[in-house]
Amino acid sequence: MSDGAMQLTAAAMRDQVVRGERTSRSFVDAAFAASDAADPGGGALNIFLGTDRARTRADADAVGAGGGGALAGVPVALKDNLATLHLPTTCGSRILEGYVSPFEATAVRRLREAGAVTVGKTNMDEFAMGSSTEFSAYGPTRNPLAATRVPGGSSGGSAAAVAAGIVPIALGSETGGSVRQPAAFCGVVGIKPTYGRVSRYGLVAYASSLDHVGVFGRTVDDAALGLQVIAGSDPRDATSIDVPVPDYRSAAGSSMAGVVVGRPREYFPESLDPRIRDACDATLDALRSAGAEVRDVSLPHTDLAIPAYYVIAPAEASSNLARFDGVRYGRRAPGDGLRGMYEATRSRGFGAEVLRRILLGTYVLSAGYYDAYYRKAMEVRRLIAGDFHAVFASGVDVLLTPTTPTPAFAIGAVSDPYEMYLSDIFTVTANLAGVPAMSVPVGTVDGLPIGAQVIAPHFGEHRMLGVAYAIERTRQTRDAT
Amino acid sequence: MTTYADRWELVVGLEVHVQLKTRTKIFCPCPTDFGAPPNANTCPVCLALPGALPVLNAHAVQLAVTAALALGCTVHRTSVFARKNYFYPDLPKGYQISQFDQPIATAGELAIGDDAEGTRRVIGITRAHMEEDAGKSVHDRFAERSAIDLNRAGTPLVEIVSEPDLRTPAEAREYCVRMKEILEYTEVSDANMEEGSLRVDANVSVRPIGATTLGTKTEIKNMNSFSGVERAIAVEYERQCRLIEEGGTVVQQTLLWDANKQEVRPARSKEGSHDYRYFPDPDLPPLVLDGAFVQASRDALPELPAARRARLQETFGLSAYDAGVLTASRALADYFEGVATAHGDGRLAANWVMGEVLAYLNNAGLAIAECSVTPQSLASLLGLVRDGTVSNSAAKRIFAVMIQDGGAAAEIAEREGLVQVRDDDALAAWVDEIWNAHPDETARLIAGEKKLLGVLVGAVMKRSGGRADPRRVNQLLAERSRR
Amino acid sequence: MAVSEDDVRHVAGLARVSLEPERVRMLATELNGILSHMEVLAAVDTSGIDLHARDDDDGMPLREDAGPQLPLARSRSAFAPESRDGFFLVPRLATHEDAAEGA
Ligand SMILES: [Mg+2]
Ligand SMILES: [Zn+2]
Repeated sequence: MSDGAMQLTAAAMRDQVVRGERTSRSFVDAAFAASDAADPGGGALNIFLGTDRARTRADADAVGAGGGGALAGVPVALKDNLATLHLPTTCGSRILEGYVSPFEATAVRRLREAGAVTVGKTNMDEFAMGSSTEFSAYGPTRNPLAATRVPGGSSGGSAAAVAAGIVPIALGSETGGSVRQPAAFCGVVGIKPTYGRVSRYGLVAYASSLDHVGVFGRTVDDAALGLQVIAGSDPRDATSIDVPVPDYRSAAGSSMAGVVVGRPREYFPESLDPRIRDACDATLDALRSAGAEVRDVSLPHTDLAIPAYYVIAPAEASSNLARFDGVRYGRRAPGDGLRGMYEATRSRGFGAEVLRRILLGTYVLSAGYYDAYYRKAMEVRRLIAGDFHAVFASGVDVLLTPTTPTPAFAIGAVSDPYEMYLSDIFTVTANLAGVPAMSVPVGTVDGLPIGAQVIAPHFGEHRMLGVAYAIERTRQTRDAT
Repeated sequence: MTTYADRWELVVGLEVHVQLKTRTKIFCPCPTDFGAPPNANTCPVCLALPGALPVLNAHAVQLAVTAALALGCTVHRTSVFARKNYFYPDLPKGYQISQFDQPIATAGELAIGDDAEGTRRVIGITRAHMEEDAGKSVHDRFAERSAIDLNRAGTPLVEIVSEPDLRTPAEAREYCVRMKEILEYTEVSDANMEEGSLRVDANVSVRPIGATTLGTKTEIKNMNSFSGVERAIAVEYERQCRLIEEGGTVVQQTLLWDANKQEVRPARSKEGSHDYRYFPDPDLPPLVLDGAFVQASRDALPELPAARRARLQETFGLSAYDAGVLTASRALADYFEGVATAHGDGRLAANWVMGEVLAYLNNAGLAIAECSVTPQSLASLLGLVRDGTVSNSAAKRIFAVMIQDGGAAAEIAEREGLVQVRDDDALAAWVDEIWNAHPDETARLIAGEKKLLGVLVGAVMKRSGGRADPRRVNQLLAERSRR
Repeated sequence: MAVSEDDVRHVAGLARVSLEPERVRMLATELNGILSHMEVLAAVDTSGIDLHARDDDDGMPLREDAGPQLPLARSRSAFAPESRDGFFLVPRLATHEDAAEGA
């Protein structure tokens, strides 16, 4: 970061490349320098699972000046569960060790076609099942801001790549908060768009009805630009929705006058760390003084979100991960006969948390339990979605909540599975309801970053970004004074 | 089975899997055609590569709706694809995408026994649902290894499930035949059991005559011909009756029909494979069909075999048997109607199509579509027979020539000298010749021995090489005898 | 409804996962721990909810019945654990076994 390249926004980088003031190659080399500085020997933070610097430099050299792509020459990082043609796609799992996809994810293709240059595939909890990036078969990723802490997860590698100043934009994925939570833990911006806004084609499935491709940015503008490029319907994803994509960056500088911001009481429980509550309330005050109206609201079914989520997500996962059987691709382990091969391949290929969720999901779908668990959880999911529908129908434009109940915790600190699940307590609701949500840095606790979450109605990304831009603005002015 | 028939009633329900005639697979654009090299017709979707997603083929939906409507089913506005979870190497995703508790259509019927001898019975159809086919496992190609070919994986299927309404193996066979006819008429499927585009599983149970509750059923798979279906059910009926009368009990299980040994054999039952953990596929929103689409599909249905049989009997005065033979396939019925309409006499057309035409096709092993004689040219040949230009026997010789070398009937008749002679001068010359050659026969004829007229007509015909018009010769000889 | 060790073995069989006996014991405890947090769902009144009722009324988008085939950037044998003559190979199955599972 010697030359300050990494202080530039993605848009500024792109403009310099297009104007021929700087080359993509110089930004890519700066990214590598930042990576080496943040991660000496590449082992300390363990951000990347796959890189090919020679190829990345060649890709950068291929981006000439004058090329008009929205991300022309901008270095980006990709979570390792997004299918890429040249780097392996392992999902942080042994079972896909060395697997190179013969096709490319739609979101990745759109980045490439916009001129972005991939610097590497980032570490993640195996198959995105985790909230700390400790459960990767290739070792944990550490938080660049505090190396004894987790970066959050499951998209911890992408969050860390942005926080370490390596790239201005990285793609992650969300099933229950895997972009917003690590964004909060690493002090960067993270967006989970509306379900159907970004194609899932090429995103290795964990829980299809909850999975989203998400974006990290060092600034709101970086994240908005990244979303701009990957958003839009896709004929290869039947769950993508054909709604026009507005100009997200035009939300910068939108007035907060008359904007109604809801403060859902269920997200500010007595037990909440007061410093996190105060940081969110200070943010609400700043929005109020910018002209917004703040309203206390209620989303009464919020406390049912984690139980419903941990029925639905493992159920879908148990089916989505059945394809990893050692027959067509991936690492096969020898066993006695077909059955033995299946069991050896899957038992050795999957880590403990993945196996736990596969068995949990198989159980809740199995004969006699389907109605009590899966069907019931799907019904409760409707109630949770109904909460959002009602509050937005009542005239509330966006909701503001803490992104996480705590700042980044220490590596190894959380051992009980369910306690780990609870770190998604404020984020899973948006996945269950499919509404867009994002995390914006709003301060620090014990020197660790914390984030505020802005939640909007379906396809309300533009409005959500307008509020996020405003939060970023008000913080800059406050930090300045 | 007669020995058991007076004590045990057979109860059969059939599950028919039909491969839909689409260009591409149900959830990906891979071709569905046969004979490609192993796994050549596969892609990220049907290989279940990580990150690939299914997208439903609109034409598969159209064909499923057409089949459902042809079977009198109610087509539902909303249907849902679910995942049927089980592990098998020819099932790439580890689940089959199949409609489960919300199928595309329910409550139809199929009539059997409304042909010549039968008494009409309506067999209920419980449901028709869409699903994807599995790949193929080849077990005998490599030592110690099974070989997996996924070219068939993702071929669109409609599964049609009947009520347990069938009561004899023959009924089950006829149900399959009628089903095949309908699927062919509507061009939904090739419906060929030998090629596997039509696959039938039978649920078989027996109960004491007069009982109303169902006995324990077994499911028979692996039958690859209509007669196989009939035989397998008959064999299983006997097995169950014998088992019960010997004090045993029928156990619910899957059986495989062995056509060579003519026996059913238990399939290796796989532990756990019965808990399929169905749930709605989150990759596929519900399939919604608007009423206009369903109505348009109904309006576009062709005339179905039963209706056509009735109309042919009505319009052309055919027997039920003839109508049945002539409607066995849509192409044959079209051929017959072409001939009958062009010629006018449906009975004569029927005799010729069922006689000369089918005989020729059977010997040559050809399909009706491959018949070199068009309905129009056959009709013109029949026209020559009707107006007496050629005799019936001459017409058969002409037809043979038309098959071999083509050409118009009239020209061939001329060229081969098969046109009947009806000009009196020519006939009179032959008559004189024969009259003079047979003095005592003519004398006895004149004396009133009428039976000799036939003898003399025969002699004239012989002299004319079969070309003389027998009716006119008869008249001329009769006049001569009265002089 | 507590998860027994037999339940764990049953679902492990369905999921084609082999478990050491002590893992079975551990997992039974873990799954019971997790599922105990889900009992709250049972108490929720969802009588008014019809999962079949949908708002997305035009349903799923459909594909035309046409190619081209989706390309593969590398050959199947490049990612297959074991293949020959274009086939994927697996340990030998009993010949009639495949007919037992029907489409
Ligand atoms: Mg089926
Ligand atoms: Zn395919």
